[in-house]
Amino acid sequence: MNINNNNNIGYKTYLAVWCCLMILTAATVMAAGMGFGRYGSLASVLIASAKAGLILLFFMHLKYETFVFKLMLLAAILTMAVIIGLTFFDVGFRDGGR
Amino acid sequence: MNKEHSLNKKTDYTGSKQGMWMFLFTELLLFTGMFLLYSVFRSRYQQEFHAASSELSRTIGTLNTVILLTSSLTMALSVNAIRKDKNKISLIFQGLTVFFGLFFLANKFFEWSAKIHHGIYPNSPGLLAHGKGETMFYGLYYLMTGIHGLHVLAGIVLLLIMMVLTKKGSLNSDSFVRLENSGLYWHLVDVIWVYLFPVFYLIS
Repeated sequence: MNINNNNNIGYKTYLAVWCCLMILTAATVMAAGMGFGRYGSLASVLIASAKAGLILLFFMHLKYETFVFKLMLLAAILTMAVIIGLTFFDVGFRDGGR
Repeated sequence: MNKEHSLNKKTDYTGSKQGMWMFLFTELLLFTGMFLLYSVFRSRYQQEFHAASSELSRTIGTLNTVILLTSSLTMALSVNAIRKDKNKISLIFQGLTVFFGLFFLANKFFEWSAKIHHGIYPNSPGLLAHGKGETMFYGLYYLMTGIHGLHVLAGIVLLLIMMVLTKKGSLNSDSFVRLENSGLYWHLVDVIWVYLFPVFYLIS
């Protein structure tokens, strides 16, 4: 049993991921400058999530971990989704949905 | 090393990482609470948040994003190097990561100083004159970037300890989970910044 078995990621992969992260950063700054309004904030959250995904999958090795790790993250994300969803539900309908 | 021994080691290795991920989830929940607070107040004070955000320097925000993302690259490379028995290279990458972390904090320091110099800080008369929305924006800005900054500082301290351990040889290609877990922490702090950046600097 060798703990190094599951890791054959090369320098090139890391560099490629870093390049993608830089491109996405440039994209989010440019998109913000264009003034898409409401869609602008949606775009920035989506781009941020793509960046977070890249970091989680490659830099944090989630792609190469066993299913248990992915399930753990899924549970955490679902918990956050429930908290966020219920809070919006509450806030959105306060004062008769002002 | 007999087979049973290395098997135990593998179990420990996975367990350590799982423990670290569990801890990271509590960190995520900590920041989720603050992001929630932010989005509720942003929907209530849209104009004010927009006005307040335009006072922040996009250039510094973008620069800090690039710095932190690059530090994540050097962090990943340091773990990669130690796995391949290249302790010296790993040490260099750990040092670079610490350097980028300090660079980030230095920028933050100048950014905060400039804002405070202009009379924008929690409960300052200048800020209170702007009304509730901007006060909320800057209150959340100082709270969230401040707590994030403390996490960067904690990461730097953690990495300095890892550098000593690598130098001593107690971190090596057989035992590197402490470095890997420090890396996980560092990357998570980066992930949080990835969301903080558009939320505070890029309101269009």
